[in-house]
Amino acid sequence: MRRQIARALWSHWRRAPLLLFTLVAGLALATALWSGVQAINAEARASYDAAAATLGEGRFDQLVREGGIARADYVALRRAGWQVSPVIEGRLGGVRIVGLDPLTAPGGIGPVAMDESDLAAFLSGDGAVYGAQAALDALPPGPAERVLAPDVAPGTVLTDIAVAAGLLGRDPAVIDRLIVAEVQPRIVPPLDEVAPGLTRRTAQGGADIGRLTDSFHLNLTAFGLLAFAVGIFIVHGAIGLAFEERRPLVRTLRALGAPLSTVVWMMGLELLALALIAGALGLALGFALAGALLPDVAATLRGLYGAEVAGSLSLRPGWALAALGISVGGAALAGASALWRIARMPLLAAGRPRAWARGGARGLALQAVAGALLLAVAGGIVLVGGGLGAGFAALGALLVGGALLLPPLLDRALALGARTARGPVAGWLWADGRQQLPGLSLALMALLLAMAANVGVSTMVGSFRSTFTAFLDQRLFADLYVDAGDGDRGAALEAALAGRATVLPVLIVTGEVSGVPVEIQAARDVPAFAANWRFLSAGPDPWGALASGRGAFVSEQLARRAGLSLGEAVDLPGGALPVVAIHADYGNPAGQVILGEAAFRARFPEVSAERFGLLLDAPEAEIRAALADLGIDDSAITDQAALKAFSLGVFERTFSVTGALNVLTLAVAGFAMLMSLLTLAAMRLPQVAPVWASGLTRVQLGRMELARTALLAGFTALAALPLGLALAWMLLAVVNVAAFGWRLPMMLFPGDWARLFALALLAGALASAWPAWRLARTPPAQLLKVFANER
Amino acid sequence: MLLDVKGLRKSYPGGDGPVPVLRGVDLSVRGGETLALTGESGSGKSTFLHLVAGLDRADAGSIWLDGEEVADLDDRGRARLRRGTVGIVFQQFNLIPSLDVAGNIAFQARLAGRDDPGRVADLAARLGLEDQMAKYPEDLSGGQQQRVAIARVLAARPKLVLADEPTGNLDEATAERVMEVMTALVAETGAALLVVTHSERLAAGLSRRVHLARGVVS
Repeated sequence: MRRQIARALWSHWRRAPLLLFTLVAGLALATALWSGVQAINAEARASYDAAAATLGEGRFDQLVREGGIARADYVALRRAGWQVSPVIEGRLGGVRIVGLDPLTAPGGIGPVAMDESDLAAFLSGDGAVYGAQAALDALPPGPAERVLAPDVAPGTVLTDIAVAAGLLGRDPAVIDRLIVAEVQPRIVPPLDEVAPGLTRRTAQGGADIGRLTDSFHLNLTAFGLLAFAVGIFIVHGAIGLAFEERRPLVRTLRALGAPLSTVVWMMGLELLALALIAGALGLALGFALAGALLPDVAATLRGLYGAEVAGSLSLRPGWALAALGISVGGAALAGASALWRIARMPLLAAGRPRAWARGGARGLALQAVAGALLLAVAGGIVLVGGGLGAGFAALGALLVGGALLLPPLLDRALALGARTARGPVAGWLWADGRQQLPGLSLALMALLLAMAANVGVSTMVGSFRSTFTAFLDQRLFADLYVDAGDGDRGAALEAALAGRATVLPVLIVTGEVSGVPVEIQAARDVPAFAANWRFLSAGPDPWGALASGRGAFVSEQLARRAGLSLGEAVDLPGGALPVVAIHADYGNPAGQVILGEAAFRARFPEVSAERFGLLLDAPEAEIRAALADLGIDDSAITDQAALKAFSLGVFERTFSVTGALNVLTLAVAGFAMLMSLLTLAAMRLPQVAPVWASGLTRVQLGRMELARTALLAGFTALAALPLGLALAWMLLAVVNVAAFGWRLPMMLFPGDWARLFALALLAGALASAWPAWRLARTPPAQLLKVFANER
Repeated sequence: MLLDVKGLRKSYPGGDGPVPVLRGVDLSVRGGETLALTGESGSGKSTFLHLVAGLDRADAGSIWLDGEEVADLDDRGRARLRRGTVGIVFQQFNLIPSLDVAGNIAFQARLAGRDDPGRVADLAARLGLEDQMAKYPEDLSGGQQQRVAIARVLAARPKLVLADEPTGNLDEATAERVMEVMTALVAETGAALLVVTHSERLAAGLSRRVHLARGVVS
């Protein structure tokens, strides 16, 4: 019996291959976009974790000192019982060389579980370097043996500390950092006694770079989720139609004795099989998508955060299972209501398909109420809730609410259009559009979401770009930026350039304020600072207060996280100071405190400046010559324009992936419209045939099909604008603040809206081009079937 | 002569080659004449009607309608013919589901440029539809829908009204009432009426009767 039921159920798909294609393609696309993004994120995070494991930064405390640690200090610590291990590191040919001492390094550092022969190779002769193929290939030629170790972090090679010093041309007696083993002898003398001047940096408890790049991954994840939602709209439509069309079949099967539970169970099984097939397809598509996008993502992460991410993708079983799971979950989500309706259908219910493509006024009213309620919920969460979870809940409520409100709004707009239309054809066009609305509403909702995301993200990116450009102008006001290499040469630079340039030393230490990691920086008392910097809020004469050591500036994220406001004291090493200004410091995950130079030097006398900004009073060539005399060549000098161009380049690349996903989401929405129009095309004939018989040509009907879809897409685009702006506001004012601690001012870009509106019309026209062409070419005999009683 | 059909032939593709439906039909209709076209199922009555209305193309023969050779007209010309010269009442009513009753009745007249709200109201009143004007086709009974279809055709004042089994979906009493109203209203406009029907009773009420058998007029 089951076989017969299955055969009867499956026969439907043979007769409706387009619907089957829509269902599988929709689910596969949704899965592909979601899992592709997840693959990129998983690959990046795996790279961060590999880096943290390789370098021990995530698990172990580190001892560091400005200018390096002398071997004598290391020896003193070891003799005093401290379990520490030295590291020398640097870059060579674009590859990070990390030199470890395998005899003292804590277990688990580095991916290579060495046996004795490995250890011998690691230590002896010219040594061996361990790394992934790409990193080994990028190394300049050298005598060290190259050993393939795929687990080593991307862009990094490991070797013995002596080999690393040789490769980098460094003095092996100067160590960059010391790794502190987790287990130390119970009694060891205090650090300050054994090796004064060392700073203990506590373990990050995870990949530091992972936190830095969170904003980027958050952005990708949000897009993946949105694209998935758009795909699920397609699937929901296809499943709904497929189940509705099979109502007569279900009724007949039941009338012939098939138990309802068996029929429903088998339909569920059929859906599961389709979801698994679509999931596998989506997996392959997602893998291809991630493979295509990953090089850009890797370049972005390297440029923006210095994070090394492998440019190639590996298939991770967990990710593949998750992709299949999301496909099955999506199908279940989309098919649950259809299965429920079939399960609840009385045996004697009308066998013909319920009006799938019809929605009653009551249904629209209920939808409008639900949509309005969700918008109210979104507003309520913003007003009352806090944190990232609440921000995302509000975003979800906003988007779903907006999507639910669309069909009732379109219905009202089309009714108004029909009332004011002149001429019978225009009147019919509006009225017919209104009649098509229920059948197209899911596709239009998908288009709304895609367009709202587009408006939202382009507003966010545009606001970010404008703010960032202005921010760069404020911050990068020096003509040249110089890296002197060490404090002594820095002091010489200051002396050499006196009278020829205003020198702005970069004096910086890291620390904690109220439990928040911060950078404490000094600002020299020069008018250029006051002329260029803009504050988010400031008390009277903030620069005067700063220069005289009577106050400090704090960044917005520190103010938010530590709950500081103007006039309140910020706890600093060497004594608290009142906050006299709050400044923006976009993109910095750490907080920032600015002190006057004198106050800074008094509190941190050991810190010297190695990097400088220069405001030139003499010709640039003369300054460069003076720097060259100090041994500072052009490679250590960056001019302002190049630095700004580099920063903006990194910024643009960051959002190129977002742009690609934006286009993909719009394309999926366009596909949803095309599929809806095609599946509705068969139902259209009885609706258009009387109009044709009344005296319109098929070509005219085809043109009207185009116009109607463009009209609906245009209205949807108009509705997407306020929704997209609300989305942008939430991203900028709620999610961004909760995630990163800073808020960007929202700016409006009407030019982008006009472009998007044109894109929506184009998407509508493209989606309806084929159905319209088919209508215009429908043989009269097919139209006549609508009227024919006999032949 | 309003309609002059000569040697009309039409066949449809079938599994074993073309299936001839009309094998050389000759028929003339004068203005104001009412005519019943009868015949068994499959005799080609509906096909003949569709060819005359310009809904389909003949394989051979000529159809002169109001001085125009229908076979010579392109899609645009045929559409013009359907808008202004002929009106068709279908058995399945074929109302436009997206328009209300008032919109349906006025639709073809407005397409033909003969919009006359007074006539629409008059037809609605005479066909008992005045209370249904704001309703949509799905809210009407079969008899009501057929009356709307008749009103739609008559509002456009065509010269030739074609009706394909116009009462085939109605019960006998309703069918009779609908036909009475239709013939009376057509007579008022001076249009010719060509009705395809199986009903002997309906055929008897018209001025002439033509029988179609095996694709020719017998």
